[in-house]
Amino acid sequence: MTHSLDLSTTRRGFLGLAAGGAALGALAGPARAQRVRSSARIVILGAGAGGAGMANRLAARLDGAQITVVDGRAQHWYQPGFTLIASGLRPASYAISGTGDWLPSGVRWVQDYAAEIDPEANRVTTLGGERLDYDYLIVATGLTLDWDAIEGFSLDLVGPEHGVSAHYASPEYAVKSWHALDRFTDRGGVGLFGRPATEMKCAGAPVKIMLIAEDIATRKGNRDRCEFIYNAQAQNLFGVPVIHHRVRQIMDERAIEYCYQHVLKSVDPGRKVATYTTPEGEEEKPYDFINVVPPQRAPQAVRDSGLSWADRWTDQGWIEVDMATLRHARYSNVFGIGDINGVPKGKTAASVKFHLPVVEDHLIAELQGREGTRSFNGYTSCPLITRIGRAMLVEFDYNDNLTPSFPGIVAPLEELWISWLMKEIALKPTYNAMLRGLA
Amino acid sequence: MEEFSLRTLLAVFEEMFGAWLFWALVAVAVVFTLAWLYVLIRDRSLSFRKYLVAQISMPFGAVAAVAFVLWVTNSRLRDIGGPIDWLVLLGVAALGAVGLSIVVYVLQSLGRGAPPSQS
Repeated sequence: MTHSLDLSTTRRGFLGLAAGGAALGALAGPARAQRVRSSARIVILGAGAGGAGMANRLAARLDGAQITVVDGRAQHWYQPGFTLIASGLRPASYAISGTGDWLPSGVRWVQDYAAEIDPEANRVTTLGGERLDYDYLIVATGLTLDWDAIEGFSLDLVGPEHGVSAHYASPEYAVKSWHALDRFTDRGGVGLFGRPATEMKCAGAPVKIMLIAEDIATRKGNRDRCEFIYNAQAQNLFGVPVIHHRVRQIMDERAIEYCYQHVLKSVDPGRKVATYTTPEGEEEKPYDFINVVPPQRAPQAVRDSGLSWADRWTDQGWIEVDMATLRHARYSNVFGIGDINGVPKGKTAASVKFHLPVVEDHLIAELQGREGTRSFNGYTSCPLITRIGRAMLVEFDYNDNLTPSFPGIVAPLEELWISWLMKEIALKPTYNAMLRGLA
Repeated sequence: MEEFSLRTLLAVFEEMFGAWLFWALVAVAVVFTLAWLYVLIRDRSLSFRKYLVAQISMPFGAVAAVAFVLWVTNSRLRDIGGPIDWLVLLGVAALGAVGLSIVVYVLQSLGRGAPPSQS
């Protein structure tokens, strides 16, 4: 018995299909704006997510400009990956690449740190003594982690032996933090988590690592031997009210304890006791595992430069930029990108992605003798992992409004597998595309 | 996300599977798709017998694709949360089913050679 169907194909049909595919491919690349001739001297401080992304964008847009990137670190760290490393899901190498790999040709990389920034004289001096005069300065230094502010703490303590985790410190410390977490969820005990009282990068990260730890303990069958306590610095678990309530609900459902207005002051690794500053005075808490996230501040060279706010965040030193244009309020030839900006929200890589086109627009517009039009609305994104395999893709703006990228498709306050996929696999390629100036 | 291009999508898949495995999978998919088109053009018809056998393989392709994706993404079926998760999972299953059916069809066609020409 032979059946046949009159679904005949032809070479012409096949060629038509191929042509259609090629046309789709041609549509895929975003159109680039026209190149602008300029002899401006532009110095970019920092070659992290903001600095590298800006260097690539400006190199693609400008003809004849002298672009200099100043950063002493040979390694580039993909910081959104630190949580995955500290959860045992990725090796340290996942977050490490070379700074030079991301910088375009035609851009000069000064492999040194800024020692002095003089916005009056339009000059940066490096630690090595090199003087860099500029017409435009882009501050993208990132921030510094003030580990010394936690009394008794040292990064030498990180690891299973002392039950100390510090996954913000570096990819290697994130691995040591995983070993500490692994042992804690094997043996049980009290796990302390929390965040500092300063502004911080990715405010969701301390919550994520705790929810992941709870999930790992549950998977190992050791949940009833582990106690989880989250110490929030403010009267909430997350700065955005609607997200705070959702996180609180999840913690309640999973029997995770939380305290408000508890700020880590010191650790005593010998006694395994942490001391918190609270409105009622100091409070000691014993621990078997502690995740330490230190206070965060602008690098000293920035704080000494006169670029910081004089009356806000005075103990932290974030620079005084307009919250919409990211242009400095007092020095119009200075812009800020990323964590260094003194704006109410936006210390995440996702925010950097939205900072970049704004600063590019205003800088290029000025070189063309016109006004820039783009503005930053405070967009901040945090794929808040609630357990391995699920996350909430929370995105919000200056006004604490939720700003979902996929409204009606990916619910922001729902624990979803697709949000986990975005965090685990889609985020790094998007981040890399951003560094190349392509996203 | 502000902009999403084909380049980003390719990078996502490279990240998901590793660059080598991803492009190897793409190469396999392209080879079998071209081979499928080749046998369709060669035979000038779609054989229902081969198509039936190919269809029987579809559930296996669907299950294998879902299991593979869950494995590479450190996920489990219990992680499926909302409707969009089910849609993505069904999409993966559909791709696996169609993919394996094409493979089976091609292998049958190539194995048996061209049918005698029909008038």
